[in-house]
Amino acid sequence: MPVPEGRVTDEGDALVVLRRVDKHFGSLHVLQAVDLTIRRGEVVVVIGPSGSGKSTLCRAINRLETIDGGEIRIDGRPLPAEGKELAGLRADVGMVFQSFNLFAHKTVLENVTLGQVKVRKKDRRTAEERARALLDRVGVAAQADKYPAQLSGGQQQRVAIARALAMDPKVMLFDEPTSALDPEMINEVLEVMQQLAREGMTMVVVTHEMGFARSAADRVVFMADGRIVEETTPEEFFGNPRSARARDFLSKILHH
Amino acid sequence: MFDFLDGYDLLGAFWLTVQLTFWSALGSLVWGTLLAAMRVGPVPLMRAFGTAYVTIVRNIPLTVIIVFTSLGLFQTLGVSLGADRFTTINFRLAVLGLTAYTSAFVCEALRSGINTVPLGQVEAARAIGLSFPQTLRIVVLPQAFRSVVGPLANVLIALTKNTTVAAAIGVAEAALLMREMIENEAQLILISAIFAFGFICLTLPTGLLLGRLARKVAVKR
Repeated sequence: MPVPEGRVTDEGDALVVLRRVDKHFGSLHVLQAVDLTIRRGEVVVVIGPSGSGKSTLCRAINRLETIDGGEIRIDGRPLPAEGKELAGLRADVGMVFQSFNLFAHKTVLENVTLGQVKVRKKDRRTAEERARALLDRVGVAAQADKYPAQLSGGQQQRVAIARALAMDPKVMLFDEPTSALDPEMINEVLEVMQQLAREGMTMVVVTHEMGFARSAADRVVFMADGRIVEETTPEEFFGNPRSARARDFLSKILHH
Repeated sequence: MFDFLDGYDLLGAFWLTVQLTFWSALGSLVWGTLLAAMRVGPVPLMRAFGTAYVTIVRNIPLTVIIVFTSLGLFQTLGVSLGADRFTTINFRLAVLGLTAYTSAFVCEALRSGINTVPLGQVEAARAIGLSFPQTLRIVVLPQAFRSVVGPLANVLIALTKNTTVAAAIGVAEAALLMREMIENEAQLILISAIFAFGFICLTLPTGLLLGRLARKVAVKR
């Protein structure tokens, strides 16, 4: 059977493929020939010390950071440069930020409706129905008419997840989604993410939450100094880390 | 005491001041917003144009600009802005000059407002697939405007007073009438006081109303 042009043939069900991706910030080489393949339905948790390049990796996938070398493909198509095509791709890639980044002048409902109407061209009624269903799913339906500043951090982050889901993305990127939260709000966000993972959403999660990595990840990617040092199952990684760098990192954060 | 006012159309002159202010404010709001969009946009040529425009226009005295619209645009180049009566031509030229000048200040006020919108919201907007113009129109500018209502009120008040420069090309607004009255009447101080009071009547409510509006529309973060 002929293979459609532009599709990856050797990666099976690959959804996101990074090949020899390079990125510099001035003299700092933040991503060094990074190779990573994320399959459809897979939950990949990226961990590592700060400054290891994991956030940059996450942001490069929807081109919030441009890359200096290498290639990123999403669903078989190379990442487009600026313009309409890039906007179209970004709509297919959901992103959740550390600092929530809800639109401050719009209500919670408007935040979740906006992209559906302006990008997906749905009519307002359909978009609002979908938004309310999503807000209900992440447990903030009662806050629909409030403004972001009136919500707690945990609630804001759940709205941000709903906003990303409203675009029906192929893959969700989470860039340290719980790092800016008060401790008592971390779980409510992680629970929503756990549920998403169970429902089969393809996810790339940059996080320091080792509990989440253990329970939800199909694969753990450990990064240090701009490279992927280890890439394995959570059981393997936490039970039997192979690299000295990973053992050192784990000894510093798992102290009970 | 006020019988020296007989025969002068004081209200008519101030009405023209209001009209000059209104049309120039509208024009500079539109053109100033476009300039600001160019200055923060991704196209290098537009950024360069916006920057050059603001730098040049902001540093030329308004009188020079207004006189140029008449001597340069109209009398030399024949630009009459679609009017054929002298008074209409001069009025439109004055609005053009005031708009060109005030836009530079609107642009800069707005740009400082744009800088108050967290970069993260712009990234979030782009991450859900909004284009640059959509991001600017839906996410950035609404918040930018709300944060600069106060500074824009200052620009509007300055504009109201700057309309007096239109007297230089014979637009019959308040300042031209004042000059005429000072030449013909003996009540110098009283005439000045009347016109000063007239301008305060125009600008004071502007400042108060927009100040209240600024507090009302402020974006909570």
